[in-house]
Parts: sequence; C-alpha cells; structure tokens
Amino acid sequence: MEEVVFFAGSIGALGGAIAVVALRNPFYSVLALVVHLVALAGLFLTLHAEFIAAAQVVVYAGAVMVLYVFVAAYVGGVEEPEWEPISGQKFLAPVLAAALFVEFSIAILGTSLKAIGDEGPTIPLGFGSPEAIGTLMLERFLIAFEAASILLLIAAVGAVVLAARKRQDGEPTSSTRTPGREAEEVAG
Amino acid sequence: MAIEWYLVLSALLFATGAAGVLLRRSPLVVLLCLELMLNAGNLALLAFARSTGTQDGHVFALVVMVVAACEVVVGLGLIVAMFRRRLPLNVDELRGLKG
Repeated sequence: MEEVVFFAGSIGALGGAIAVVALRNPFYSVLALVVHLVALAGLFLTLHAEFIAAAQVVVYAGAVMVLYVFVAAYVGGVEEPEWEPISGQKFLAPVLAAALFVEFSIAILGTSLKAIGDEGPTIPLGFGSPEAIGTLMLERFLIAFEAASILLLIAAVGAVVLAARKRQDGEPTSSTRTPGREAEEVAG
Repeated sequence: MAIEWYLVLSALLFATGAAGVLLRRSPLVVLLCLELMLNAGNLALLAFARSTGTQDGHVFALVVMVVAACEVVVGLGLIVAMFRRRLPLNVDELRGLKG
C-alpha cells in the first residue's frame, strides 16, 4: 500500500515538475506546479509529516499559487524569444542538470549512513502532528519562529514598496492622467 | 519505503528545477523553478526527519516554506514593477546590474 502511494505521488510530483519546465505558457506552468505540490503533500503524508502536508496544501497550493495565477494573468502570456544568448543553451542546460542528478545520486547511494537504507525507526503516536510541531516551535525553536515572522513582515512591506505605483519623478498620477494615456496603457 | 527512494526522488526534482532555471527566460517561470528546488529540499528534510525519528526537520521544513513565501512575494512584486515600467520580461535582457 505504501509503495503504491509513493509511486503514485512521485509520478505526480515528477510529471508536474517536468511540465513546469516544459510548458510554454506561464499560466499552464503555474497549474502544473499546483499538481506537483499536491502530489508532494501526499508524499509528505507517507513520511508521517501530517502537519507539513496540510500546511503545504493550504499555504502553497492555496495561497501562494493564487498569487502566481494573479500575476500570470496580469502580466499575460510572455513570449519567450527563440534566440539564445549562450549558444547551445538548450542542450547544455539539461546536460548540466543531469550531471547534478548523477552527482547527488552518487552522494546518496555511496554514503556510509546505514540509516537511509531502511524505513526509519518506529515513531511515537502523534509524530508530526500539529501539537508536536507547535510545542517544538514555541519552545525549542522560538527564535527561528520569531525570525520567520519578522522576515514575513519585511517581505510584505517590501512587496508593497516594489509593486506600488511611483507618484514622484514626473510620472502622471491617476488623477492627472489623460484618457489617451489610459487607453494606451490598456492597449500596451 | 526506504529513505533512499525519497532522497533520490528529491535529487531528481532538484535537478529538474535547476534545468528549468538554466533553460527558461521568463522571470515568472524561473521563480516557479526555484519553488521546485525548494520543495525538493523540503522532501529531503522530511525524509531525514523520518530516518532519525525526530521532528526537528519538520520545523526546518516550515521555515523553508516561510522563506519561499517571502521570496515569491518579493519576486512577484519585482515582476509587477518591471511590467509597469515596460521593461522586457526576459532575464537575459535585464542586465543593468551586469556592468
């Protein structure tokens, strides 16, 4: 049973990942990433990480992907030009990625760690539950928790500063913009 | 399932993400491929947490998710700003910092 879930999840995750890279339309790439993330949440469940799996679906496949969909729809289909600044990039990049995978595989399979060859030790009841993770986060990893919350705050402020329309340096504000420019913006 | 399977799958997903970062030129898709790499790292962290029988890796994976969310928010803000200024949405043409 566990094998079936693992192979179904890994096929979904791998197929989603390849679709993200291969699809030309960014909108379809975002949708493929949703498939990848949901399949990965299933894999997390087989590792007894229930809370992380739930957070993955809610935070990633829910919130972050909605953000991506909005930006993909706002920016629209970006045409990727065919010319290559580095000659042979289309062939060189997959070769480099394959080399990276081979290197990782040698490192994983050639390791002297005996523990990765089996399923891991028997785990107590409640392993990976919200209660256990919450206790760990608010006691042992309190500083990491606080640092993460400050980082989120800074990122939220930074995103507003970056994406907000500049009203200085001669750019017309929304009140002074002429209808012609408005139409030009819609067309552009 | 042995932990090795999860680690090899994680390496495969990471390599796929790296190939995407090297291949694609739209900054939106490059960000998506970065997500793939971060999630591959998360899978390895959770596999090791299962292997050692401790839950520290779960907290680490949560922090990685927070950092990924921050990266997405700032990156998408940059893409929207670039789009508003009519800059080309192509990572090869955006070489203002290259000198």
